[in-house]
Amino acid sequence: MFADYSMVELTSIFAMQGFAGLILFSVFVLMALGLAIIFGQMGVINMAHGEFMILGAYVTYLTSSVFSTYLPEYFGSYFFLAMALAFCASAGLGALVEWGMIRHLYRRPLDTLLATWGLSLILQQIYRSVFGAREVGVELPEWSMGSIALTDMIEVPINGIFVMCLTIAITFCVYLMMQRSSLGKQIRAVVQNRPMAGAVGINTEKVDRHTFAIGCGIAGIAGSAFTMIGSTGPTAGQLYIVDTFLVVVFGGAASLLGTIASAFTISQAQSTMEFFLSGSMAKVLTLLVVVGILMIRPQGLFTIKVRK
Amino acid sequence: MSDRKTRSFEILRRKLLVASLLVPTVTLAPSLTWAAPKTADINSTGLAVTDKTVTVGILHSVTGTMAISETGSVQAEKLAIEQINAAGGVLGRKIEFIQEDGASDWPTFAEKSKKLLVNDKVAAVFGCWTSASRKAVLPVFEQYNGMLYYPTFYEGLEQSPNVIYTGQEATQQIIAGIDWVVKNKGAKKFFLLGSDYIWPRTSNKIARKHIEKLGLKVVGEEYYPLGHTQFNSVINKIKLKKPDVLYAIVVGGSNVAFYKQLKAAGIDMTKEAPTVLTISVTEDEIRGIGGENIEGAYAAMKYFQSLTNSNNQEFVKAFKARWGDDIVIGDVTQAAYLGPWLWKAAVEKAGSFDIDKVRAASPGIELMTAPEGYVRIHENHHLWSKTRIGKAKRDGQYEIIYETDDLIEPDPFPAGYQ
Repeated sequence: MFADYSMVELTSIFAMQGFAGLILFSVFVLMALGLAIIFGQMGVINMAHGEFMILGAYVTYLTSSVFSTYLPEYFGSYFFLAMALAFCASAGLGALVEWGMIRHLYRRPLDTLLATWGLSLILQQIYRSVFGAREVGVELPEWSMGSIALTDMIEVPINGIFVMCLTIAITFCVYLMMQRSSLGKQIRAVVQNRPMAGAVGINTEKVDRHTFAIGCGIAGIAGSAFTMIGSTGPTAGQLYIVDTFLVVVFGGAASLLGTIASAFTISQAQSTMEFFLSGSMAKVLTLLVVVGILMIRPQGLFTIKVRK
Repeated sequence: MSDRKTRSFEILRRKLLVASLLVPTVTLAPSLTWAAPKTADINSTGLAVTDKTVTVGILHSVTGTMAISETGSVQAEKLAIEQINAAGGVLGRKIEFIQEDGASDWPTFAEKSKKLLVNDKVAAVFGCWTSASRKAVLPVFEQYNGMLYYPTFYEGLEQSPNVIYTGQEATQQIIAGIDWVVKNKGAKKFFLLGSDYIWPRTSNKIARKHIEKLGLKVVGEEYYPLGHTQFNSVINKIKLKKPDVLYAIVVGGSNVAFYKQLKAAGIDMTKEAPTVLTISVTEDEIRGIGGENIEGAYAAMKYFQSLTNSNNQEFVKAFKARWGDDIVIGDVTQAAYLGPWLWKAAVEKAGSFDIDKVRAASPGIELMTAPEGYVRIHENHHLWSKTRIGKAKRDGQYEIIYETDDLIEPDPFPAGYQ
């Protein structure tokens, strides 16, 4: 396969392939973080996760339309405002859903699975009715397009770097929140022992609502960022949901570190295999490996001890 | 000498064109003054035909994943029906339609088509979009003897007495496109890429056979699952293999991800290194992709909204007046628009709504007023049509830079290509 190429070409292709793997890793982490918080900390299987992401994408679309019509001179920086708005919109909807639906279904994981799946269908149809069945084109600021040429051969996509930085920032924020803030402590307390947490005066219902809202909000930010690399349509959320669950389950449901480790493993395996095999085969092999490992380690890569 | 010859030929051609325009008006004029024929005479099989109306079916997905693509077809078919009604209907009868939703689910398509044929007794159905939905309804149409007008360009390898295919089959779209890129861009090395299902795979098979027949080389052939959103690895592979042409048949949401990432990876399509040639991106898809992300790519298909002939100008004007100014019209939308008109012509030629008579009358039916230009139904139920090459522009439209001189014969079972 490589006989016809010079050393320089090969080095640069492998360097770029390394970047491709890292970008895929960032994408996986970004889309899985929100779900990991909800699934891992609350045990809720949120099938509508993809639709919360797409809500973020549509908010970005609306923001970009508003800016290009009314504030064209600030168009270059609309994206940051859009991400903040996307977080608020998805978190708000998340809180509403938790209040109206999820809280009645705790301890009934199969019912939440069905209910959130129904919710995802409802949201899809709402998007379709409001924004139309066709995909919308989100106009992106000029700086986010194209690539940086490091050498003649090595070119790194700017949107990839942006997603990478965003992922690092958000992961860091989530880490701080979970480990340092009082909300984080409360969340961890509720996960480890719900009745005891309630007994020491933690309002567990409020904690649940905040956890769910934050998870959804992060999904919204992810959706907003993915307008740079993917499509924005009523059913686009479905494109991400399988990979998202794969990453979270493989990583071990209750561990954020596990999510990151599993995103890294899956993304590197997939992008390497995509390079040497064809796309469909790479996907099949990735899934096979994941299923194989889960058979040996059903709890996933990392687990934390939980008192049941 | 030869110059004069072509000029006299040109004049002859123009005369013929004028004559051909006059003939239908002359023959149509008396028919308008006649009383509409009796229902019993034109409907011997119990179809939903009354003295005033005839009922047809529209069967597309307006919910689910495929709604993105099928919406345009529904709009086109409704517009055609309204226009036919405004011009007096078919055999003196106004067309009424019953619309059913296939909901992007193939068994639902089969069930709804059975409902349209058995309960509603519709005289024709305009519908389906994906090959999977067509395959699902095919046995129903053959069992209950219905007539389906199918609008999508597709992989061929099918010819049913109960279907008229108004889109192009694969060879019409592919061979002309590859010939063009070889001749005009001096392409020698091709990289074939597609979503992983029957249409891209069959199409690339035809493309590969044709490329190899020309003595040129395919340096890579890759498929990605439907809905795949990460193309960075394959883009690196493309950069390594340095093809002259990237032949892309990616569909759906993957399309958007693919072109955005291609552009972000520094492959500027306007520089044509490699030249990007696609058969799956119409003006409809560009709206989702964004003109700035696909500017400079080439598409090979039979219709572009920017066609300047007078038929198309009227069609685009009417379409926008009916469905809104910001709408775009893609290849399949135009093909869907042909359905009701071809059916009307066949019914009038047969002098009857009976399915068997309409079928017998269909081969040879011509449409002078098609937005894409002149089309004619072949004995194999596909259309003779031209293939054009468009270059994507930033505003989301295609600039047409080439069209085949002649109509291309549909060949759903290409010998040596399977």
